[in-house]
Amino acid sequence: MFGESIVPFLIIFPLVVALLMLVIPVNEKANKVRRTIAYTSCSLIMAGVCALVFDWGMGGFKPISLFPNTLVCDHLTLYAEVALAVVVTYLSFKYRRAWVSLLSIVPTVAIGWLDLFGPKTRIMDETPRIYIDHLTILMCIIIGIIGSLIIIYAVGYMHGYHHYSHAHVKDRRNYFFMVLFLFIGAMFGFVLSDSLTWIQLFWETTSVCSFLLIGYTREEIAIKNSFRALWMNLLGGCALTIAIIMYVFSTGDVSLQHLVQYVLAGKGTEAYAMLLIPVTLIAFAALTKSAQLPFSTWLLGAMVAPTPSSALLHSATMVKAGIYILFRLAPAMSGNLTGVMISIVGGSTFLATSFMAIAQSDGKKVLAMSTLSNLGLMVACAGVGTPETLWAGVFLMIFHAVSKSLLFQDIGATENSLGSRDVEAMHGLLYRLPLLAICMFIGITGMYLAPFGMLISKWSALCAAVDEGNILLVLMICFGSATTSFYWTKWLGKIIAKTNEGPVKDITKPNEKISIVIHSIMMVALCCLFPALTQVYVTPLLMELFGEPAQVLPTGVLYLLVFLIVFVFALPAIAFAFSKNMRANQKLAYMSGINTGKDEGFVSSFGEEKKLVLANYYFKDRFGQRKLMLPCQITIFVLIVVMMCMIIGGAF
Amino acid sequence: MGTKIILVLCYILLAPFLGGILEGFDRKISARMQGRVGPPIRQPFFDVIKLFKKQYIVVVHSVHFLLLSYLAFMILTGAMFFAGADLMLCFFILSTAATFLYFAAVITNSPYSTIGSQRELVQMMAYEPAVLLTAVGFYISTGSFNVRTIIQQDYSLIMKMPGFFIAFVFIMTIKMRKSPFDTAASHHPHQELVKGITTDMGSKNLALFSITEWYENVFLMGVVALFIVNKNPWSYLAAVLVILAIYFLEILIDNTSARMKYELMLKMTWIVTLLTAGVNLLILMLIA
Repeated sequence: MFGESIVPFLIIFPLVVALLMLVIPVNEKANKVRRTIAYTSCSLIMAGVCALVFDWGMGGFKPISLFPNTLVCDHLTLYAEVALAVVVTYLSFKYRRAWVSLLSIVPTVAIGWLDLFGPKTRIMDETPRIYIDHLTILMCIIIGIIGSLIIIYAVGYMHGYHHYSHAHVKDRRNYFFMVLFLFIGAMFGFVLSDSLTWIQLFWETTSVCSFLLIGYTREEIAIKNSFRALWMNLLGGCALTIAIIMYVFSTGDVSLQHLVQYVLAGKGTEAYAMLLIPVTLIAFAALTKSAQLPFSTWLLGAMVAPTPSSALLHSATMVKAGIYILFRLAPAMSGNLTGVMISIVGGSTFLATSFMAIAQSDGKKVLAMSTLSNLGLMVACAGVGTPETLWAGVFLMIFHAVSKSLLFQDIGATENSLGSRDVEAMHGLLYRLPLLAICMFIGITGMYLAPFGMLISKWSALCAAVDEGNILLVLMICFGSATTSFYWTKWLGKIIAKTNEGPVKDITKPNEKISIVIHSIMMVALCCLFPALTQVYVTPLLMELFGEPAQVLPTGVLYLLVFLIVFVFALPAIAFAFSKNMRANQKLAYMSGINTGKDEGFVSSFGEEKKLVLANYYFKDRFGQRKLMLPCQITIFVLIVVMMCMIIGGAF
Repeated sequence: MGTKIILVLCYILLAPFLGGILEGFDRKISARMQGRVGPPIRQPFFDVIKLFKKQYIVVVHSVHFLLLSYLAFMILTGAMFFAGADLMLCFFILSTAATFLYFAAVITNSPYSTIGSQRELVQMMAYEPAVLLTAVGFYISTGSFNVRTIIQQDYSLIMKMPGFFIAFVFIMTIKMRKSPFDTAASHHPHQELVKGITTDMGSKNLALFSITEWYENVFLMGVVALFIVNKNPWSYLAAVLVILAIYFLEILIDNTSARMKYELMLKMTWIVTLLTAGVNLLILMLIA
């Protein structure tokens, strides 16, 4: 058993590297050192995750609890908490948004007061601070592997960023990499902790890290968006703090595991309604973290940051933290008002953002909207809180993490080479930047096209919603799937459309390519292996959470799907080979007889040659973010307030 | 197992004939409605054979393999359906097939076929909810997505799910490219859309497209039959009659309405879907 040494390693080692990154100055020579250190430490982190998985596997894949009685560490967390509050206060005063600091100071004081003067019970002292089970390990793998790959990618990307696309931005790479590593460390801490006070610390750390990343360029818009992200996440942190205090006072316990057990055991008793309040507050906090409506705007604003941080925020870390905590709470939300609230918020976010994605032409914005949309589905799955929906939710999480990380990196690299990240600018990308276009194709098809990963999850979510009799969710999924297909398919069409523009010089660095290609391979492998993954991993995961296994789709169907995936690759390939050598008389496209003869323009009524520009449909005036966002936000905000009042009022 | 293979083979071999003959009748009846004599019933086959014999002209070479994939996935959809497989899976493969048609149209970079393909996407978005809800409706009524289970009920499922039936017939107008929802491709080239999605498909490629449409129509008619067929062998006859009636209804709608704007189509389809399939779903869930 060396788990006791790996867990602290995973949390503390990235912090040490972060400090190291900060002290290495920014210049050509030092950047090489930074690169070496980044590669080495990423490999070490991945190795650490592997060791943790191995160790846990040697123990028979059983849940492990570690570190009871950690008074010294508890005090350390308190200092760290204060340090975070100081950073937030300083920055919010510096940028004249002093009120934001209140959202950090108040919880810090409250937690400090609870630690020092609050009730001290034996159960609190003896509860293990670290808890490892299938869900934790899954999160660790996502954070460790995808997070590390993103950092490797970032080394190359930031070079291109400062030399080509954003040469005017002050080069603060030491700071950037410091925050990235800090982030990874905090995420490990977050998913490994079972004590809510520890979770709260890591929660605040990720909030502050995302704030620092979004504000990287220090431009006016970046500062504005970073503060928006900060206050929304800190608001969630406040809810979490209140939840902890109420939980401690009502039970004398701080363990997240135990909270779920108390709720399940307390069903039908008087204490039930009282125990539901902390669950609701924590779930509310998770909504802010996962950027559900009405808090979605922070994630959209996060697009101003350099792409690696978007990839990190969207795929591996930030938003997954909220989902992770909701998955943990899912059994406690099954069949009560909290579950209804969460599933409606998730379902509406899924539907509303998939509409808004239609109107976006900025590639990164499309990805952001689709992230929100998928997160909404995961949140809805957690809200329904049955093993069946969680099965769908876990798969959504796995597929989403890989494909979204792939797409963000790909679009970042494309932007560096192409000079634009607009979907319209990607016309004929397949012939201009072949490698990036193919990887993008894989990522997008993995996101929605039958019979690939995400679609299976959506299908099982739909089945589970039907079984649960949740008609609202069924309708939302049916309509949301339709809009989702629309915006992805039109993007794919842009990539493959014929173009007369010549190839672009691909300035993607080898390390970026490595990360992107590994992601593509992972994506394909996941699609092919997922029936095995269900049996080996997800079923035990659900056993731990619910005590019963779940399978929505019969195993036969799953294997049929894998067969179909092979088919989907094989059929066009065969058709291509078959038709490759066909002789054909190639002619110009039909343009009512006014094609200029080069297939790229037409003759206007004045006899001038006009360039032919083809664009996709966007419905900006109908589905635009400006049009839909505010009404959706208000509606869902009112809904959350009303339902939270009902839940809290119901307890008294 | 034996009957399954025979059914699948029947579909693969006979569906184009059936689809072609249906189209022949379609043209004949349409002509009579417009006061013309109309072509012989076999005309669609003559057309396709002639298209295969024509000189092979393309705008982009890849169109051919994309259309071949479109055809292959369509055959796969129907084969799975007639083998009694999972209905939802059939619909998913159907949408994959449709995606390949979109690719084939958009890859040419030609203005008319791009407009057609964009509208095709809007159409897909319009009918997708109704299609998914239909599958959900069968699942709630019978507890299974399996076509095999669905056809072995004691009574015709249309009794339980009339709303889904209406929604499905409504979106079939879109799927069969009938006016007023023929926004992606038009029957007559002398219009603002030219031939929409098929503008730059010629000779062999257009023949492939026609054959795929036949396969698709037979599959769609199969889904209509699913609402009627039950344990009783006579229900198969009833299903054939209903199919013919629906086909006639589609021809009638086609000949009596003008093309609608695609945005209106989207709005209308979704409202109808919600009011029929949505309400039916609500009732089914309440009594379940």
